[in-house]
Amino acid sequence: MADLSAGEAAPSGALARLLRRKMALFGLAIIALVVAGAVFAPWIAPFAPNDQMFDGLTLEGAPMPPGGKFLMGTDLLGRDLFSRLLYGAQTSLVIGVVANGLALVIGTLVGITAGFFRGWIGGILMRFTDLMMAFPALLLAICLAAIFQPSLWIVALVIALVNWVQTARVIYTETSSLATRDFIAAERTLGASTSRILFRHILPHLLPTIIVWGTLGISTTVLLEATLSFLGIGVQPPTASWGNIIFENQTYFQTAPWLVFIPGAAIILLALAFNLVGDALRDVLDPTQRGRD
Amino acid sequence: MKNLLASTAVMLALALPGLAQDYSPDPNAKPGGTITITYKDDVATLDPAIGYDWQNWSMIKSLFDGLMDYVPGTTTLRPGLAESYEISGDGLVYTFHLRPGVKFHNGREMTAEDVKYSLDRVTNPATQSPGAGFFGSIAGFENAGDGGLSGVEVVDPATVKITLTRPDATFLHVMALNFSFVVPKEVVEAEGADFGKKPVGTGAFKLTEWTLGQRLVFEKNPDYWIAGVPYLDSFTVEVGQEPVVALLRLQNGEVDIPGDGIPPAKFTEVMGDPAQAARVVVGGQLHTGYVTMNVTTPPFDKLEVRKAVNMAINKERITQIINGRAVPATQPLPPSMPGYTEGYAGYPYDPEGAKALLAEAGLADGFETELYVMNTDPNPRIAQAIQQDLAAIGIKANLQNLAQANVIEAGGAGTAPMIWSGGMGWIADFPDPSNFYGPILGCAGAAEGGWNWAKFCDEALDAKAIEADSMFDPAKAEDRLKLWSDVYMGVMDKAPWVPVFNEERYTMKSERMGGEDALYVDPVSIPVNYDYVWVKQ
Amino acid sequence: MAAYLIRRLVQAVLILLGVSFITFFLLYVLPADPVRQIAGRSATAQTVENIREQLGLDRPFVVQYARYLGALVQGDMGRSYLQKTEVAELILSRLPATLLLMVAAIFCELVLGLTMGIVAALWRGRAVDQTLMITSFVTVSAPQFVVSLLLLYVFAVKLGWFPIGGYGTFAHLVLPAVTLGILGSGWYSRMMRSSMIDVLRADYIRTARAKGLTRVRIVLRHALPNAILPIIAMIGIDIGVFMGGIVVVESVFGWPGIGQLAWQAIQRVDIPIIMGVTLVSACAIVLGNLLADLIAPFIDPRIRLR
Repeated sequence: MADLSAGEAAPSGALARLLRRKMALFGLAIIALVVAGAVFAPWIAPFAPNDQMFDGLTLEGAPMPPGGKFLMGTDLLGRDLFSRLLYGAQTSLVIGVVANGLALVIGTLVGITAGFFRGWIGGILMRFTDLMMAFPALLLAICLAAIFQPSLWIVALVIALVNWVQTARVIYTETSSLATRDFIAAERTLGASTSRILFRHILPHLLPTIIVWGTLGISTTVLLEATLSFLGIGVQPPTASWGNIIFENQTYFQTAPWLVFIPGAAIILLALAFNLVGDALRDVLDPTQRGRD
Repeated sequence: MKNLLASTAVMLALALPGLAQDYSPDPNAKPGGTITITYKDDVATLDPAIGYDWQNWSMIKSLFDGLMDYVPGTTTLRPGLAESYEISGDGLVYTFHLRPGVKFHNGREMTAEDVKYSLDRVTNPATQSPGAGFFGSIAGFENAGDGGLSGVEVVDPATVKITLTRPDATFLHVMALNFSFVVPKEVVEAEGADFGKKPVGTGAFKLTEWTLGQRLVFEKNPDYWIAGVPYLDSFTVEVGQEPVVALLRLQNGEVDIPGDGIPPAKFTEVMGDPAQAARVVVGGQLHTGYVTMNVTTPPFDKLEVRKAVNMAINKERITQIINGRAVPATQPLPPSMPGYTEGYAGYPYDPEGAKALLAEAGLADGFETELYVMNTDPNPRIAQAIQQDLAAIGIKANLQNLAQANVIEAGGAGTAPMIWSGGMGWIADFPDPSNFYGPILGCAGAAEGGWNWAKFCDEALDAKAIEADSMFDPAKAEDRLKLWSDVYMGVMDKAPWVPVFNEERYTMKSERMGGEDALYVDPVSIPVNYDYVWVKQ
Repeated sequence: MAAYLIRRLVQAVLILLGVSFITFFLLYVLPADPVRQIAGRSATAQTVENIREQLGLDRPFVVQYARYLGALVQGDMGRSYLQKTEVAELILSRLPATLLLMVAAIFCELVLGLTMGIVAALWRGRAVDQTLMITSFVTVSAPQFVVSLLLLYVFAVKLGWFPIGGYGTFAHLVLPAVTLGILGSGWYSRMMRSSMIDVLRADYIRTARAKGLTRVRIVLRHALPNAILPIIAMIGIDIGVFMGGIVVVESVFGWPGIGQLAWQAIQRVDIPIIMGVTLVSACAIVLGNLLADLIAPFIDPRIRLR
């Protein structure tokens, strides 16, 4: 029978500990909300996202501010912003989570390998990273735009292929420092295998960095998708994405601020939500933090 | 703003060219002062043989001169470096008598040798001039090279004789085109490829400073051959400025003319303020925005389909989307172009009728296609509006929103079924109806890589066009314009295009700028005729 | 150390070679035809073919690439297709402005980002920390155009404290540098915070506290030097990024940097300029990363150059 003394009234699994944190719950709730919005958009959205409505514009042809029929206002073509935001969540989730996540994984793998093993393997990996950093990604995007049918997945691929480099550099530097620490040497003496050292001892120390880059990366990749769509790969108008709603309306931010600030707030909230969850997860997995709930 | 320009231009253009009355100088003009103009893009080059941007076009006009010129603010020809000229009876020989005492900025006097040198240079393949083709009617053009043009002869230091292979009614306009402007041989040879950065000409201004990426300074040429002109002491062009910021600086009094115009984002704000709206000059441009349909690609090879598309597009709504900065178009030529067919109503906006036509063509269920568009604002929005109009009659048009170079490539290669020409819409090189035909509607332009994106080729219309262009006699000018009008009506009957709108030009100037409104929307010297504007001190 | 440097420099040359090849290749397969851009819309087919021949663009890929490399090693980056000016001249005229902005922007990023990160770490979990976290996310998610224009509008137009864009004096530098500083500070503050938290938990910090050292001294002399390692890597990345130019900020503030040159060149398929700018930017990236790697052992002596 489990000893329920010492004031521990609740079960002590990692998941349970995670869910006990208010911030994590808040973050998870936001993510769930966005996912729900994306999945159920056809049912929730009051209007069709690409429908240019006659009464969506004022007589002079200006967009309508939030209020009345249009919950979040309309855009320059008279389309409902709220509906576009819901449908756009699909694109932004794929980019922010999948593309960004993939870039994160690749970058971390390359960085850890190069930083831990060093020598010629580390050298090759890091020079390859340099090459990819100097690579003219914009040109690649334009070329791909001409060759392939523009699609969300191509843009996600380009982002993943290009965005991993910065994470790799930073992880490499940190791993180089960690790999020389005493406790790693101690583990080696104890006969721990390389993979055990990497995953149980080095990776946890890299988690904070991974979380920072992963969550901030959501914002930058969503905005990057807008730039790439502008060049022709990625989603074509009239398909909405949070990034391209901002991008196509940014010169109008003084006359129609809702077109920039509302999608902007959505991006910030999503990134923050992941950050809250990530932070809580890290605290929960960090052995030095156990028992401090 | 009253659109004074359009009506006067049409009237004057129908008058006999070459005998236009001299421009009467503005009685209110005060000499002196300096102004600042801003642009976003860098100025590429000031070499008249090469410069073909709408930024450097009028700067080159201020630095150099050609044999012919235009009355400021209008589309009427007048003599330039050539004081007078004669045309032979068969229209094949033009003899130009040069004005005496014209000096280059380096002090040397201009002679007929310079004219020949300039024409030889622009047609020489080694110069890589984008305008070489305009001189195609001059004898010896096929063999143009280091040997020069056989058709251009220096009779004496003040006389140039040009022989053509065929009569060319546009020839005098070509002699007023930037590409024909006169350059001094010794400077070109000394500077080589850098002549574009260190230009020396006979114009009203000379270039005194060019800080790459930042600013160009033009100063008055005190020895200019037109007395009293230019009024300004100098003008400065600042580059690399975002249009929204340029407008802010104008409102702050730092800039006199934002060269890129009023950005769409600020348009309503500016026009809504009476003080600012009063300083906005509106004028027609020799511009048409149109949708091309590739007549070699089914289903656009069927006339009914093309007519249906013409009837499906709501031009009023599109004009509203761009804040009313255009006039819906009915035909390829813009209203201020000579040869424009007054009173022609074009295809009406009639979605039901369009659907009926599609059914007639056997496409009652509609079809799927692609619409290519350039990615700068407001073109994607216009394309989306067109997309919605097409959807209403059953045509599903997927947008291809690409960089300009990619759209041009697709158009030239013929892989684009429909293209919205916005941002690449045709603006006339010179105010003559012939300029709207050859490259974009003629058979020659339909070849691989040409700008006739509709791949439209009608031999009969081509023949009429050639006939019209051979009517060089000024007495026959009206007949010629009538023939051109017929050509364009013939084009509309075949409907390879949907002419959507003619963009109006909105130039805003600071309070201290003076001069006739027409100078600020000069149809030839875009955007502003620097030679004739002045500041109120 | 010398051997390491030489090895890195050789590798740098190889990387530049690789970048030049990839870029040249991409430009070659690009469907947009540069000759059409030069020839303009009114050109006859004859003029187009003639220009193509003049520029050697009708030769096979390998020949073109070899010619380009051959000229490059002699210091000739070619002439712009559309401007006819030498590429080297075009780039050099904008390089000082770009370098200046880069240094100033990184300075601002560090001042803002490091301060916010350290404060957030020291008051971890409190309201300050939460606020600074939200600030970081806001600045990272903000579109550059909007922030630049907002700052310009408030401080230059309305308040008149700075000139409305331009280049030449210190006053012109402030707004664009601060804008870039704000936009980039989020990364530095988050990394600094997480790095500091990690370091502050270490035993030697507890020892220092037990010894009675003041907080300031602990932070500045013991924690900061150890926490700053990833920041060095980020500065190296930033050097590379800024040297490629930031076209949005440059065009709003009228700053004559390389970004505008590159952007225009890409739109117009001006191949010599695109090649030139890509190579210059690649140099900067490689050098930036090399510098970061060289400095790392000074921060953490356990890291050895190998």
